Amino acid sequence: MHKKTDLDTGGAGKAPPAIYLKNIYKSFGAVQANRDIDLHVNAGTIHGIVGENGAGKSTLVSILYGFYTADRGKTEIFGAPVKLRSTADAIAAGIGMVHQHFMLVPSFSVLENVILGHEGRGSLQTGLEKATSELQNIAEKYGLQVDLHALVKDLPVGLQQRVEILKALYRGARVLILDEPTGVLTPQETQQLFEILRSLRAQGVTILLITHKLKEIMAVTDNVSVMRNGEMVAHLETQKTSPEQLAELMVGRPVLLTIGYDSAQAGDICLQVEHLSMRDDSGKNCLRDVSFTVRRGEIFGIAGVSGNGQSELLEVLAGISVIDAGRVVIGTTEMNADNPATPAEVKELGLAHIPEDRHAVGLILPFTAAETAMLGYEERGATRNGGTFLSPDKITRHCEKLMTDFDIRPADPNLKSSLFSGGNQQKIVVAREISARPNILLVGQPTRGVDIGAIEFIHKQLLALRDAGCAIILVSVELDEILNLSDRIMVMNAGQNMGILAREDADVQKIGLMMAGLENAGEMAASVASEQEGGRHE
Amino acid sequence: MNKDALPRWIDIGLLPLINLAAALVVSGIIIAIIGENPFVAMGVMLKGAFVYKGALGYTLFYTTNFIFTGLAVAVAFHAMLFNIGGEGQAMIGGLGVGLVCLALDSLLPPLLVVTVAIFAAALFGAVWGVIPGWLQARRGSHIVITTIMFNFIAASVMVWLLAGMLMAPGQMSPETRSFAEGIGLPQIHDVLNAIGFSVAKSPLNFSFVVALLASFGVWVLIWRTRLGYVIRATGHSERAAIYAGHNPAHIIMIAMAISGGLAGLMSLNEILGVQERVILNFTSGYGFTGIAVALMGRNHPVGILFASLLFGALYQGGAELDFEFQTITREMVLMIQGLIILFSGALAYLFAPLVARIYFRLKAPSGGGNG
Repeated sequence: MHKKTDLDTGGAGKAPPAIYLKNIYKSFGAVQANRDIDLHVNAGTIHGIVGENGAGKSTLVSILYGFYTADRGKTEIFGAPVKLRSTADAIAAGIGMVHQHFMLVPSFSVLENVILGHEGRGSLQTGLEKATSELQNIAEKYGLQVDLHALVKDLPVGLQQRVEILKALYRGARVLILDEPTGVLTPQETQQLFEILRSLRAQGVTILLITHKLKEIMAVTDNVSVMRNGEMVAHLETQKTSPEQLAELMVGRPVLLTIGYDSAQAGDICLQVEHLSMRDDSGKNCLRDVSFTVRRGEIFGIAGVSGNGQSELLEVLAGISVIDAGRVVIGTTEMNADNPATPAEVKELGLAHIPEDRHAVGLILPFTAAETAMLGYEERGATRNGGTFLSPDKITRHCEKLMTDFDIRPADPNLKSSLFSGGNQQKIVVAREISARPNILLVGQPTRGVDIGAIEFIHKQLLALRDAGCAIILVSVELDEILNLSDRIMVMNAGQNMGILAREDADVQKIGLMMAGLENAGEMAASVASEQEGGRHE
Repeated sequence: MNKDALPRWIDIGLLPLINLAAALVVSGIIIAIIGENPFVAMGVMLKGAFVYKGALGYTLFYTTNFIFTGLAVAVAFHAMLFNIGGEGQAMIGGLGVGLVCLALDSLLPPLLVVTVAIFAAALFGAVWGVIPGWLQARRGSHIVITTIMFNFIAASVMVWLLAGMLMAPGQMSPETRSFAEGIGLPQIHDVLNAIGFSVAKSPLNFSFVVALLASFGVWVLIWRTRLGYVIRATGHSERAAIYAGHNPAHIIMIAMAISGGLAGLMSLNEILGVQERVILNFTSGYGFTGIAVALMGRNHPVGILFASLLFGALYQGGAELDFEFQTITREMVLMIQGLIILFSGALAYLFAPLVARIYFRLKAPSGGGNG
């Protein structure tokens, strides 16, 4: 059915395309967010749109869902010309949307969330009953099993997303738009989502998948369109392309997807963690008896499904959380339950921290870039002689230097932090922490929501810092990132250290089993492999 | 398309003016309904505030009160604390002034007593602000609730003291004895007349100069010191402040102390500037109006100066209005003030979407949308 993806041939005799856009233009003030966009999505296929942050993907999707009205251009849905002036128009045309940030009422049940806006007249009870039977049909048809009476706030993120999909289907969506759907999912949840998308496709639903992750495009789409600077630069058949080609089209120049790795020259031990345990506010054991050491000049990767203690571990090391048992030794300074260290004290020991949550912790969004670039280093970086008064000159010059050294765009120190793209916001944080010349650098999710060009840059910076003798502790839910950069890898499950693998011994299968909580999984995987080999020999 | 994209001169200049105009239009309509000519009334008000003999002095006298209470609200607001307690902090500040003057006026030279009293005003106000701050920082009691309660406590304490141990002997009204001769702040008209300018008598006094200095001080504090930076950082994101190595509990208490101190200084204007004794209810709601002043002034000292001048003019001009027209009562003047607070405070961004649309249509080459 999709052997050929010529744009302008609607094709005689074929079903009309689910989405057909021609010459779409949209500008905000002087910014041309979408320029001469053509798009042709065949019915019953999964179609990807890739592009870096700011390439115009979100604007295009917003036009399709009726949030914005295009300045110019033609839109057809299943062959019928439509004017999408509001989301109601889009829903009526059979378009459903799953937003990156879910639009659910946490304290409502799944059922209540689904019928919100479609409660029906009169008694709520009849509406609920009608919806229940209808939803059971939908769930069965598409394999979307969710407990309708569970409260949304009790559901894991993956299931919440499923509720969003149910909601769209309940409203009669035949075209489903998913905007960066895997940003909040674990690898397992991502696989489950892809299963759902495939079964939706089998039932004839058309899916438009917006993402910046090339792996996902390769894994699940039939066709892919690439956007750059507000324009469509290519329409490709997924089978006939490669991640390298897509990355080059997105960025406009060849990009290294995996960074060149040189083996590390590890030096003295500079961080020791011994029998570390901690309970969170609700009393749950989020760290249990964790021990490891880190040497200068190595990258120590911590792998694990999100929520298995990695975030808490970083916060402990940064002095933000206080431990209950065990000890952490940085250089010669010890912190433990009786002698906790504050973030300021830890910083004095030469530790810097790129936090996981860039928006709430790493940056202060309403501040200018220059103000954000001095956060935590006010005394050194921003005052006259380390005193009480700030020096605006010094603050601006410091930021300008970071912007030059780390290629932060736009290079305007007075621009609000919130107005930078995700990649450039992250570069501000990375630049600030690296420029403090730390001995130890804590890094949490360094490339979450960051575009490919910036990922490459940040990875290079981390390796360069390692080579300069800094110890780096890297936490990431992107397993590839851990495998690419780390010299040693610790895997965490339920707050425990499941084992530490040297780079040479680490592979996805082993780490995956350890992430799932299997004790000695490393050895098990190895023995399984050797048995299989043995079997072949016999 | 958010308000980030609007240039500053619109956000802090044009929008407040539009809000003010809207409030005046609605007031004018109401004045017309009761049968008076709104333009004549407006003329009387303006003359009453700025033109009549001594009017400007009175206007600036009220302005002084609003500058102090407006700055108090603004400093706390930069730490995202809504300090509703300016009224109580000003009362207790006045108590500090009174205690110092009553205790020392027969012992020390007047200049020294007054200097100590100025510090006492700030210190007592700061203490009254820092207690709710401590409760918020250490016990999680919401600052809005506690500062409101502390207004009531302050009012009760003042009644108890002024009708009790501080009441002047042989007196029937709840107030202290007058301070000794010479204990008070220099009057501006005296100073100006002495250097050769002929100025009508008004209650405007040295507190006005203190208020201007305080405005400059607050600007320096918030935008030019490390402490101000940390206060703003804590206000925007407590987690980021912790990450950066600061202690939000300390910052909250420091910000509330500064805020309370500024509110306490308001008492100088009334107690040392005019009454030269402590009376009951000398704060007359200035602490509450300070909230509207800070909102209208966008929590910036320059904005607060202009907003204070506006409210000072309303107070003084409004009194004139009440005096000139039989039909326009004191309550009517309060209503006009209420409308201004409504439009510039509660409905501050009512016209922002409209202005933004017009602005972007007129001036296409600037601003930005994120794709």
